[in-house]
Amino acid sequence: MCSHCRARDARRACVAAFCATIALAACQREQRDLDPHVEPLAGQATPLSGLNPGEDRPAPIRSSNGAGFEKNAYAISEGQRLFAWFNCSGCHGNGGGGIGPALMDDVWRYGGSIEQIHASIAQGRPNGMPTFRDKIPDAEIWQLAAYVRALSGNVPKAAAPSRGETISVTPPLTRVPEQPPKPADSVSPER
Amino acid sequence: MRPAPWIAVVALPLAGCAGVQSALDPAGDEAATIGDIWHLMLGVCGFMFALTMLFLAWAIVRGRRAREADAEARHEPALSLALHGWIALVVAGLAVLAIASFLVDRRLLAPATDVLRVRVTGMQWWWRVEYPSDDPGRTLVTANELHLPVDRTSEIELRTEDVIHSLWIPNLAGKLDLVPGRVNTLRVTPRRIGGFRGQCAEFCGLDHAWMALDVRVESADAFEAWRQRHLAPAKPPLSAGEREGAQLFVQKPCVMCHAIRGSDAAASTGPDLTHFASRATLGAGARPLTREALAMWLADPNRIKPGVHMPAVPMTAAERDRLVDYLMSLE
Amino acid sequence: MSSDHYAPTIQPAELADVEARLARTWADPPGFLGWLMTVDHKRIGRRYIVTAMVFFVLGGLLALAMRTQLARPESGLMGPDRYNQLFSMHGSTMMFLFAVPVMEAVAVYIVPLMAGTRNISFPRLNAFSYWIYLCGGVTIFVAFLLDIGPEAGWFAYVPLSSSAYSPGKRTDFWAQLITFTEVAALAVAVELVATILKQRAPGMTLGRMPLFLWAMLVTSFMVIFAMPAVMLASSFLISDRLVGTQFFNVAEGGDALLWQHLFWFFGHPEVYIIFIPALGMISTIVATFSRRPVFAYPYMVLALIATGFLAFGLWVHHMFATGLPHLGNSFYTAASITIALPSAVQIFAWIATIWSGRPRFATPLLFVIGFLAIFVLGGLTGVMVASVPLDLQLHDTYFVVAHFHYVLIGGAVFPLFGAFYYWFPKITGRLLDETLGKWNFWLFFVGFNVTFFPMHYLGLIGMPRRVYTYPPGLGWDLWNLVATIGAYLIAISALLFVFNVIRSLRSGARAGDDPWQAPDLEWATSSPPPPHNFTYLPIVQSAEPLWHSDEIPVVRGATGDKREVLLTSAVEAAPGIRWQMPEPSLWPLVSALALTVLFIWSVFSPWGVVWGAIPVAIALTFWFWPSKSEQSE
Repeated sequence: MCSHCRARDARRACVAAFCATIALAACQREQRDLDPHVEPLAGQATPLSGLNPGEDRPAPIRSSNGAGFEKNAYAISEGQRLFAWFNCSGCHGNGGGGIGPALMDDVWRYGGSIEQIHASIAQGRPNGMPTFRDKIPDAEIWQLAAYVRALSGNVPKAAAPSRGETISVTPPLTRVPEQPPKPADSVSPER
Repeated sequence: MRPAPWIAVVALPLAGCAGVQSALDPAGDEAATIGDIWHLMLGVCGFMFALTMLFLAWAIVRGRRAREADAEARHEPALSLALHGWIALVVAGLAVLAIASFLVDRRLLAPATDVLRVRVTGMQWWWRVEYPSDDPGRTLVTANELHLPVDRTSEIELRTEDVIHSLWIPNLAGKLDLVPGRVNTLRVTPRRIGGFRGQCAEFCGLDHAWMALDVRVESADAFEAWRQRHLAPAKPPLSAGEREGAQLFVQKPCVMCHAIRGSDAAASTGPDLTHFASRATLGAGARPLTREALAMWLADPNRIKPGVHMPAVPMTAAERDRLVDYLMSLE
Repeated sequence: MSSDHYAPTIQPAELADVEARLARTWADPPGFLGWLMTVDHKRIGRRYIVTAMVFFVLGGLLALAMRTQLARPESGLMGPDRYNQLFSMHGSTMMFLFAVPVMEAVAVYIVPLMAGTRNISFPRLNAFSYWIYLCGGVTIFVAFLLDIGPEAGWFAYVPLSSSAYSPGKRTDFWAQLITFTEVAALAVAVELVATILKQRAPGMTLGRMPLFLWAMLVTSFMVIFAMPAVMLASSFLISDRLVGTQFFNVAEGGDALLWQHLFWFFGHPEVYIIFIPALGMISTIVATFSRRPVFAYPYMVLALIATGFLAFGLWVHHMFATGLPHLGNSFYTAASITIALPSAVQIFAWIATIWSGRPRFATPLLFVIGFLAIFVLGGLTGVMVASVPLDLQLHDTYFVVAHFHYVLIGGAVFPLFGAFYYWFPKITGRLLDETLGKWNFWLFFVGFNVTFFPMHYLGLIGMPRRVYTYPPGLGWDLWNLVATIGAYLIAISALLFVFNVIRSLRSGARAGDDPWQAPDLEWATSSPPPPHNFTYLPIVQSAEPLWHSDEIPVVRGATGDKREVLLTSAVEAAPGIRWQMPEPSLWPLVSALALTVLFIWSVFSPWGVVWGAIPVAIALTFWFWPSKSEQSE
């Protein structure tokens, strides 16, 4: 085989390998699902009390495609838009809290996984969190939950937006350190 | 060598210059003034093109007939003279065009009196249109439609809440961008009553192609009548279907984004729907407004305008019908 | 160098001996390794041209897809997301991966030959330029295939291209494409300036320099001044998107228009960077095929320089609709109209050359005539859009699409094809078929006008740019369909060209050294030239060396045992010193790969710049490590 044919084949092989390795990672992050439909969550996402005599606590429910929202850049970006549109800042500040608890830290009274955040938004919570189940379509609640996860650095950095086109209210979300939610039983009851 | 299609093609469309979104059919002072310089440019540039192509054709014909002996006669002095004449001609032509352009630009900026103030805010992918008043309670807010009185200058303040857009109503005036952090002012003086179409002319994302503006130029009386009608709150729902629709509107996500003055809905992130049924199109020009189109839109806006920020709200067919009844009653 | 041109004092035995030594000295290592290591400007120039033409075809396919979508109103073939990626890729490919690189590529091949020297200056940098260009092109196309292609246009205005409105990594890859291609362009620009100013054949004063070399000199200086602006802009954008800086955030004191100023300060000279080399090609072809030197040489040189300078003073005409102060806008109208003057002078001079010469209407001259018709029309619509009030109607409509395709395709692609037909015999040793060439030309000419002329009208009757579809009933339907038909005609013409190339490579008529009886130095050596270009370096006594006399005086005395070029003075081209040229090396390729890793890594993390710099530094150290051989006096 001529030398430049071999070169061309070698080039093609490298490109193919390159594609394959980043294909899976890229697909999820970059997809633009303009009209997302989510299967409804089954069961209770919020874990009950950690005190179960002699048994493990109930496992948190995982939604099949809801979790994908927190890896998808478009969904997080839409969540950022909706966070402003629906005035979540009115109680939560821009993640720092106010009337409502902070969303940028690792303390989650009702659970900090995306399914649990989704449940909190949809169902409402005591002490002032309204229920948005009938007021925000389910896919948008998932997008909001994905953005809330981004506030505490719990989304892939490549999927997070750096900043909005507003005054600077959070550190750039691409630089926020990852703060996985503390287990529920480590949250002090006074908080 | 002359591009033959050029000649044929230029003749045909001259028949079809008129249109509701055409710069070749001026219906206002600004577009007419620009039309003047367009004609001057077309004439001068057309003449220069013809002159150049004639010279080229002559060169080709002469070249075909050239013989070996001709090579020595270089004609440098004659060509040199012609070159200097050509430079003088081009300089004169360019100067005429530059000066004319400058004068036209100044004419467009001449101060006007009795100006109607309008405020247009661009958003992905619709237009909020406001007619401010000294009394805040009398500020008219509507969406995707612009009514203007004929024979009166309107100054449209342009703002954006997200990316750069551009308001272009070709029959009335040139375009002007809506830039974040700036307020640009577009002046329009319509001279012909009728309906026109404006469109966003700066690429603004997924639905840039579907960000149109319905422009109505009316007599002063008709405009005032429209304004009074639109300042009034929404018609209360009359029939059972409409009442049910009104209830659904505030129970479902609609109320989170839209306002209908006179009802409990008062959000401003989406278009104001107080007098929705009086509009000619929905979705900022995506479809003509009919019951069927509205039903399709409510079922899934993404099918008509992919990427639009309005979500598909889950509802039964019956609920959709009631909502359509209600919305179509909002004249 | 063929023995036809030698002074009779050189014995055939001496000729053969010098040839053999030179061939040995300038040879590349054999096989695939030699292909990777070569620093021969001709081998690099060839692959540069081929790669750029591959991107031309890819960009054309993207355009065909776009036109197919727009052939009918609401055709539904694709949604807005796909269409936005298509037109962004089309523009980015054509501007960054085809138009500038192909002009640079032709220059990389031709300039050293036309200047009478053995290799381009900085040969390893030349190799590096190709590799980094290839890596950049492959990166963006792989990204496109993985749905991470750019979606905000080739110009990526903020805030649309900021992370709030362009989520994910699409725009970041686009911004890095700029970095890749501008590094490549800057490298070639630097080499061309050095080659043209310091390596011309003795006796080739600036006043005798061919117009193509003047054009490439002006272009290279423009590249050096324009590229940093866009690299700055794209770096600011990457920084905003990656680490949350506020360059373009109005709420924090930034400015959305800053992007436009920085981008267009580069963007306007960019189109002249594409156009001016083509002017050089036109002059070359017109002179050869009119069998006389181009009329008014001093005016031609001044026109090139004036165009290069003026091009930097026009950029605001892309921003007339943004609401900048009116008096400032008027200044840019005047400047934009003024730049028509040097072009008008050149047009006159070329036509005058044909008029007063004995033209042969071979395919290269046909493409020149096509250029004249199309570019002049495009230039005149340019004068139209230079006027602020008129531009406020025409900006961002299909009128502008028509305008820039007329000036870019007419003004750059037609000359490029003419140059291909002209220089193909020199590069490959075979002539392209004339009959196929004429079909190629006419299909292209007709197809082009059918595609783009109706767009003037579409813009005037209200069709904006960058729309993925349009509603029926506005009067746009027919002409969009016509434009699409024209696009397919252009595609057929391109296929014909590819077919012509492949067939001629196999069985085309053999070209001698000088099939066109041209005046310039590249025709004084064999077709294709040997690795050392010329057996003896020519001495130039006139602006048309091969027309001046049948025997060319040459430089004697070099043994041919070292890789050397002769440096001459910048203006008078008086002989200076002999300069050692580097041997083939793998380090340019390794450096380019290391830099590619850095660029791609920095799309995802700012630490990519830090850690990625280490392999780059290592590669560059090995590259620049001084070798033991001394420079000759």
